[in-house]
Amino acid sequence: MKNSVGLLGKKVGMTQVFDKEGGAVPVTVVQLGANVVTQTMTKEKNGYSAVQIGGFAVKEKKLNKPELGAMKKQELPALKPLREFRVADTSSFKVGEELKADELLKEGMLIDVQGTSIGKGFQGTIKRYNAGRGPMSHGSKFHRSMGSIGPGTTPGRVFKGLHMPGHMGSVTCKVTHLKVVKVDTEKRLLLVRGSVPGCDGGLLVITPSITKWNG
Amino acid sequence: MNQIIKDVEAPYLKQSLPKMGVGDTVKVFFKIKEGGKERTQGYEGLIIKKAGSGINHTITVRRVFQGVGIERVFLVHSPRVEKITVQRRGDVSKSKLYYLRARSGKATRIKEKLGGKREETVVTAPQAKPEAPKGE
Repeated sequence: MKNSVGLLGKKVGMTQVFDKEGGAVPVTVVQLGANVVTQTMTKEKNGYSAVQIGGFAVKEKKLNKPELGAMKKQELPALKPLREFRVADTSSFKVGEELKADELLKEGMLIDVQGTSIGKGFQGTIKRYNAGRGPMSHGSKFHRSMGSIGPGTTPGRVFKGLHMPGHMGSVTCKVTHLKVVKVDTEKRLLLVRGSVPGCDGGLLVITPSITKWNG
Repeated sequence: MNQIIKDVEAPYLKQSLPKMGVGDTVKVFFKIKEGGKERTQGYEGLIIKKAGSGINHTITVRRVFQGVGIERVFLVHSPRVEKITVQRRGDVSKSKLYYLRARSGKATRIKEKLGGKREETVVTAPQAKPEAPKGE
């Protein structure tokens, strides 16, 4: 089980910065949210121990009544979205406290970034599963459509999970072991080396990687 | 471009660069590493292409060396590019001078642009932010 809380952020876009040797480093800029602890779950009360984090401070009208009620009860501002992170010990987290980005994330450490990939719409097997295609000319009538979907009488059915055309993208995916280039607590910015899933403005969940290099 | 990304790039941008355009002959001084030592090398040629914006601004410099055309792409704001000096201003009507690749000798001559200040500099990253944000 992962024993660390994560941070919520929004993808701003990509650019590049220069390292000490003068080499260009491709980075993704992430705008970190407020990341306020909204609730703690304990084993005795909830059956599991976790911390609930509220991502961004939003207008009150952006929340519905039950959501707003839960915030009002804890005397918190309107926060959205909420995410839970399983932690072994919740005693160090207090409701209403902001998670500090520079305590959780250090320059040079590895992080996992989860987001929703860019939607590609309805796609064929070539783009969706890297299938091959037929000749486009010389009288060929087999261009980009998929081939056979299986044998005949035996087994007499199409196997489950066969690669077929369909909706591609818009799925939750996680890129692991990305390097933190810079943490700017003042502007609430995080620079991550490389690319992260999703479009600009998309929600990202950032957690430290489980690896020996994170010390 | 997004204002946040602009702010991230700003400290890495060079404060002043010579005003250079396609058709200009420039000399680029860049650092190279040779067996643990660093030294500066000059490379003189003609700008045949400008690409990118902000921190990703690059120039492609072409020179003909021993009968072989060489084109090098320089990341203008890179710390490895120490200095760029404009030797000669060219008057061209194309934004990309790819046609020079097919030419040699006298056919590659470019008219000199007269007038205009030689030591013009373009401030790329204003240190102090202007009070009123200008429309982009």
